[in-house]
Amino acid sequence: MLDSASKDDQRTVEFRGGGFAPQSKRWVGFVVFIVLISGIELGTRTGFITSLMLPRPSDVLATFVELWKSGLLWKHLIPSLSRLAVGAVIGASAGIGVGILIGLFSLARASLIPIVAAIFPIPKIALLPLFVIWFGIDEASKYALIAFGTFTPTVVAAYGAVDNVDRTLIRMGQSFSLSWFSIVTKIVLPGAMPGILSGLRVSFAIAIILLVAAEMLGAEYGIGAYILEAGSLYDLERLFVGVTILSILGVGVSAVIGLIENRLLKWRI
Amino acid sequence: MDPPLISFTNICDFAMELRLENIGHYYGDMEVLQGIDLDIPAGKIVCVVGPSGCGKSTLLRLVGGLEKPTSGRVVQMGQAPSASINPLTYVFQDFALLPWRTVEGNISLVLEDHGIKGADMEAVISDVLARTKLSDFRKALPKQLSGGMKQRVAIARALAVKPAVMLMDEPLSALDSQTRELLMDDLVDLWTREPFTAVYVTHNLGEAVRIGHSIVVLSRRPGRICEVVEINKPLEQRQLGDADLEQQQKHLWNLMRDEAKAADMELMDA
Ligand SMILES: Nc1ncnc2c1ncn2[C@@H]1O[C@H](COP(=O)(O)OP(=O)(O)O)[C@@H](O)[C@H]1O
Ligand SMILES: [Mg+2]
Repeated sequence: MLDSASKDDQRTVEFRGGGFAPQSKRWVGFVVFIVLISGIELGTRTGFITSLMLPRPSDVLATFVELWKSGLLWKHLIPSLSRLAVGAVIGASAGIGVGILIGLFSLARASLIPIVAAIFPIPKIALLPLFVIWFGIDEASKYALIAFGTFTPTVVAAYGAVDNVDRTLIRMGQSFSLSWFSIVTKIVLPGAMPGILSGLRVSFAIAIILLVAAEMLGAEYGIGAYILEAGSLYDLERLFVGVTILSILGVGVSAVIGLIENRLLKWRI
Repeated sequence: MDPPLISFTNICDFAMELRLENIGHYYGDMEVLQGIDLDIPAGKIVCVVGPSGCGKSTLLRLVGGLEKPTSGRVVQMGQAPSASINPLTYVFQDFALLPWRTVEGNISLVLEDHGIKGADMEAVISDVLARTKLSDFRKALPKQLSGGMKQRVAIARALAVKPAVMLMDEPLSALDSQTRELLMDDLVDLWTREPFTAVYVTHNLGEAVRIGHSIVVLSRRPGRICEVVEINKPLEQRQLGDADLEQQQKHLWNLMRDEAKAADMELMDA
């Protein structure tokens, strides 16, 4: 029963349930970029930031346009992209294959997990000389380095993803007398797909890092070679052009995986 | 409603029975089931009730061959009808639908492997979807369906393989009570139209007296058979709140109360 005092003394119950639900808003990212870059532009123009500290963004852009017009952009970019594609595809497919084997067979699990654990922490760059001896100084050693670097994180992601497939679904498959092959292709693989794809995001970022490293250690053309040359001359504009191209490459790869996820994982809640 | 006609095909379906002979089961050192002897007659629904953790789900896995009993055996007597694609078929508490396949795809999953395709598959899918009132949801993904609908899909999937015996592990326990009531009516309806053999595990005594021809009461772990209660009233005449059913339910609860209490304490110790 409400008494009269409570009628005079009324207020709305305060809302306290907000937050903790981040949502991605695309344009915010753009705005942050633009604010940051125009800040640097302004700083360099006013002399607050000297040209030794950071290059002027408009100069970087001009250098990029020049690179594009001279046709050198494609000369550097195409070998890089093909190295990345070949190396990452080999490494990722081998990684997914081995990861699934580990996820499915006790023998593979017992024998391969220690090996993967042992090679995971090795900085793959350190092995480049070895790859050069094995595969020659040309493209093959670069493919091998990128493939090897992509392989280990992909294996770990893939077998984790297989382990995480809902066991009750596998039991269900067995209870309907599905063949082993059907259980693997229709239940285990689709169930592992989310984990494998999110693992690939990490693997491909590592592939880009290794691409640059491989090219720095010996390549005539390639983004890595371009960055190395600019760096040794302390040509900051060109250095930043190279670095920006890498960023864009990374964002591009991530966007492609995002598209694949949207396609394949529509069923997720 | 007309009394169910027992057609020739149904008599064929009835050819297969199951017998559990002195089943015992251990997980490590823990004895879960002890000396279970039970007949599962054709065309009847055998309910298994018991306190939680007494080994009901384990028993069902043993019956369907998903696990091997430590001792004793499950005997299949008679041949499954030749039309039966998967004689022992489960319906799980958590539905076990593939979230990446549509309603239709979840049913075709279990047909593809048994060489049923094209028009035959189409016919089976339409038939089971109609029987479970799902025809309008053919292309829906599981995430779009309510719990009751999901379990309907799982039941449709089980019907699609023409089981000789349905093994149902708490099929309604994940649903709210209204949905449970609706689905219970549908199950009774399904059975009256075309009687099937089933082992129906539940912890809900109300469900047991609605759908069981006989009700097996298990003791707490290690599960032993305390009593088998037969209910002779035809399924289609049983109603929610029938006095005689209430009486049976009370009797079951009296059997189970002490066991359930003790089982509850045990879980807290563990
Ligand atoms: N795979 C398993 N491994 C070890 N213990 C299990 C396993 N499955 C069930 N148990 C144990 O066996 C007992 C019976 O389980 P369960 O058959 O699921 O009981 P119910 O379905 O009657 O609640 C429980 O104590 C449970 O913890
Ligand atoms: Mg259970």
